[in-house]
Amino acid sequence: MPLTLFWFFAILMLVGGLAVISMRNPVSAALSMVASFVGLAGLFIGLNAYFVGIMQILVYAGAIMVLFLFIIMLLDLKTEEKQAPKVVPIVGGLGIVLAFTIQLIGILGKTPDKASEPLKLDQAAIAYAETSPRVAERLGNGQLPDVNLVGQVIFTEYNLPLQIVGVLLLVATIGVVVLSKRQTV
Amino acid sequence: MASLYSYLLVSGLLFAIGLAGVVLRRNIIVVFMCLELMLSAANLTLVAFSRFNGSNGLPDYNGQMLVFFVITVAAAEVAVGLAIIVALYRARQTIHTDDLTSMKG
Repeated sequence: MPLTLFWFFAILMLVGGLAVISMRNPVSAALSMVASFVGLAGLFIGLNAYFVGIMQILVYAGAIMVLFLFIIMLLDLKTEEKQAPKVVPIVGGLGIVLAFTIQLIGILGKTPDKASEPLKLDQAAIAYAETSPRVAERLGNGQLPDVNLVGQVIFTEYNLPLQIVGVLLLVATIGVVVLSKRQTV
Repeated sequence: MASLYSYLLVSGLLFAIGLAGVVLRRNIIVVFMCLELMLSAANLTLVAFSRFNGSNGLPDYNGQMLVFFVITVAAAEVAVGLAIIVALYRARQTIHTDDLTSMKG
């Protein structure tokens, strides 16, 4: 990804994140979060993770944020009224965040940097020529069949975790129904 | 092309923003959104490492698998968490963390 695009999406993501924690109105916070996730999806696509980027927009910006907005409107939340800010929690919180950031910069300063190298699609095409000729053909044409490759990995190597996650979603659905049921006792 | 360093820095900053929101905000729904921001920052790290430590000329798809499972678990978590918030609001008529003090010693 060109450097200008990288910084455009990164700054969109960070500014969206800052807006989430600074907006008093919860609806504005939720909408800034959509902006933040769009920037994040841009970064994913720049990292050649096309499928993950699309999933990020569909699941987060589409489904999860609609759920948030729905709950905010269902509870009919008003903008937070200004309260006298409590000094100790704010100073403590900012201290934790500052310590984390300093730690992060210190660690990154000692991490060997790695420049991104272009994907070697020809080499991958040779590796896939035996097992899946269709993928190899598209790799040979200079395309990255991201969805095919992700699908192959997820349904072969990660088949059991995938099914467990399916059960998790079922449990979550049942749990939500039970929680939301009006108690009649 | 952006290097691995810049991706890690950006994702760390997003995590710090989410952490600040969790610690500083009083509205429990916004706290929840900030948790999602932190999960997404972790996802960005995973995808960046998967791209930069590729195998065979392709990105390492094992890292992207973990991202899928994180997204799925986050979706389930949001659904259950928001249901708990609705139940809490019914019981207490508030979603401000300052007002929820019944477990305070």
